[in-house]
Amino acid sequence: MSRITSALSKRKALIAYITVGYPSADVTLEVVPLLADWGCDMVELGIPFSDPLADGTTIQEAGYRALRNGVTPRLCIEMASELRRKVDIPLVFMTYYNPVFNFGLETFCRLSAQSGIDGLIIPDLPPEEGAELEAHTSRQAMDLAYLLAPTSSEERIDLVSQRSSGFIYLVSLTGVTGTRKDLSSDLEVFVGRVRKRTSLPLCIGFGVSTPEQARRAAKIADGVIVGSRLIQLLDKHPFRQLNELVAGLRNALDTS
Amino acid sequence: MPETVMIALDELEKAFAAACADAGFWSEFELLCHDYAGRPTPLYHARGLSARAHGVNLLLKREDLLHTGAHKINNALGQGLLAKRMGKERIVAETGAGQHGVAVATVCALLKAKCTIYMGEEDVQRQSSNVFRMKLLGAEVCPVSTGSRTLKDAVNESIRDWVTNVRHTHLLLGSVVGPHPYPKIVAEFQSVIGRETKDEMLARYRRLPDYIVACVGGGSNAIGIFRPFVEHESVRLIGVEAAGKGLDSGSHAASLVRGKAGVLHGTKSYLLQDGNGQIASTFSIAPGLDYPGVGPEHAYYKDIGRATYVAVTDDQALEGFKLLCEAEGIIPALESAHAVYYAVRMAEELSPESLVVINLSGRGDKDLGIVSKEIEARQ
Repeated sequence: MSRITSALSKRKALIAYITVGYPSADVTLEVVPLLADWGCDMVELGIPFSDPLADGTTIQEAGYRALRNGVTPRLCIEMASELRRKVDIPLVFMTYYNPVFNFGLETFCRLSAQSGIDGLIIPDLPPEEGAELEAHTSRQAMDLAYLLAPTSSEERIDLVSQRSSGFIYLVSLTGVTGTRKDLSSDLEVFVGRVRKRTSLPLCIGFGVSTPEQARRAAKIADGVIVGSRLIQLLDKHPFRQLNELVAGLRNALDTS
Repeated sequence: MPETVMIALDELEKAFAAACADAGFWSEFELLCHDYAGRPTPLYHARGLSARAHGVNLLLKREDLLHTGAHKINNALGQGLLAKRMGKERIVAETGAGQHGVAVATVCALLKAKCTIYMGEEDVQRQSSNVFRMKLLGAEVCPVSTGSRTLKDAVNESIRDWVTNVRHTHLLLGSVVGPHPYPKIVAEFQSVIGRETKDEMLARYRRLPDYIVACVGGGSNAIGIFRPFVEHESVRLIGVEAAGKGLDSGSHAASLVRGKAGVLHGTKSYLLQDGNGQIASTFSIAPGLDYPGVGPEHAYYKDIGRATYVAVTDDQALEGFKLLCEAEGIIPALESAHAVYYAVRMAEELSPESLVVINLSGRGDKDLGIVSKEIEARQ
């Protein structure tokens, strides 16, 4: 059982997304162990990309700032291995295809796995184009989680279900990342459609930012991913609000 | 591409295949091209320009004479009709120079669709007359202030809009870039340029041209004129990219000449990027060429040696711009001026009986502000 699968089988998983190097590399190194202590079951480490198509303004801005701070894929891999010495929870890289392609798929996967990364999420890589990367992730015993959206057809649900490993990332809405006032009213229908056709764990992300939203998502999913709202609190040292939010999310999931 | 729009790409591919097989669709497209846009465009023997090019026969394919001032209207009409067929009531598009944005806004006014155009903040300032045009035509123009604030960021933002509103919105990409089937669709609608050129050459000269020269940003006007000639190996195809302030200055947009393989906006092609796979900021005096990628079909022609790609600097493009004004009384778009400059320079090495077609992809009204500033700065 991969570290990801095992983390998702214990309790409703709280998954945090942060952009590596935002607002600084030091914050990333400091905050990931705190997130684990406060109850996160997995952390997505975002490798910044110049053209983040699937992201709303919060994560875009965090990414640009990280790039200005000199963050590179290589640095992210180094930081991952430093973090791996401090935490036991699964760590996954979330980034776009071009930085990985440019690095070299084989090298990127090998070094990521060596640094203790458990899986990859590439939001602009559809399964149709993923065979090459899958060959490398599976050789390194890493998971590659594909995404599904409310617009995905039953055929695409089957395709992603066959090809995804670790879990399936469910995009809660038709849109980009970012906090929203309300979750989509069709969320239960969408998750139900996917659940019927797969045995993989399902994690819901995009637009989940409050404990109330997390509780509703957790009722139907195996994990809940929170990104933009955490990012907004990352530059508020010493993370009191971040701690409160994560504790609130944890509590919401435990009582869902 | 994000999963959210994969289904829309599939739907678009099917709708396009159905439209291709439907004679009614093409006759509607051709009628609009003829009556509304002003096709066919002339193939003009530019004697004045030829005289400045060692007597080599330079022929201008006058896409600049089309309604809205550039070849962009061909694709906007085609995709507009396609969107209507698919029942999409809203259209979203990116624009660099504003030519594609104006063409889309025009077609939306014609076909009664809601229209939102994303344009980099930098370009909104550089091409303000086109912004005004789009607004007059009823489009909402959204300035994009992220990244380099030019064309690639406008593409990002229009894709984000599409991801959000995909159920009732068609993304009307303006060049032969983006995910499949866009490059194929845009090339199909633009290849009317090459078909007309071929017919006219055969009717008038009873032979094909020796060279075809076209500017390349994303590459739609070039694909449009190249396509019907690809099978004729004797016709040499030359794409002219923007060398901006010079190929070694770091401020250019020559993806084919200086880029390496990468993936952007759902396309694998040559890309300008840094050593970490971050997309580079590009620069060109011609906003329509200011894009870090290029259509995958051009990448293919480069790799198999079917087409040759070169680059022309801002200064050289300005020279081409002024030359065409003086020699022919035609004010070209700065984009097209890249092709004009290269064709004239290339003529030095050709025999006088050579026939060279330049795709004059657009007119220069939109560029007067940029050009007057540049001329002032150089005095």
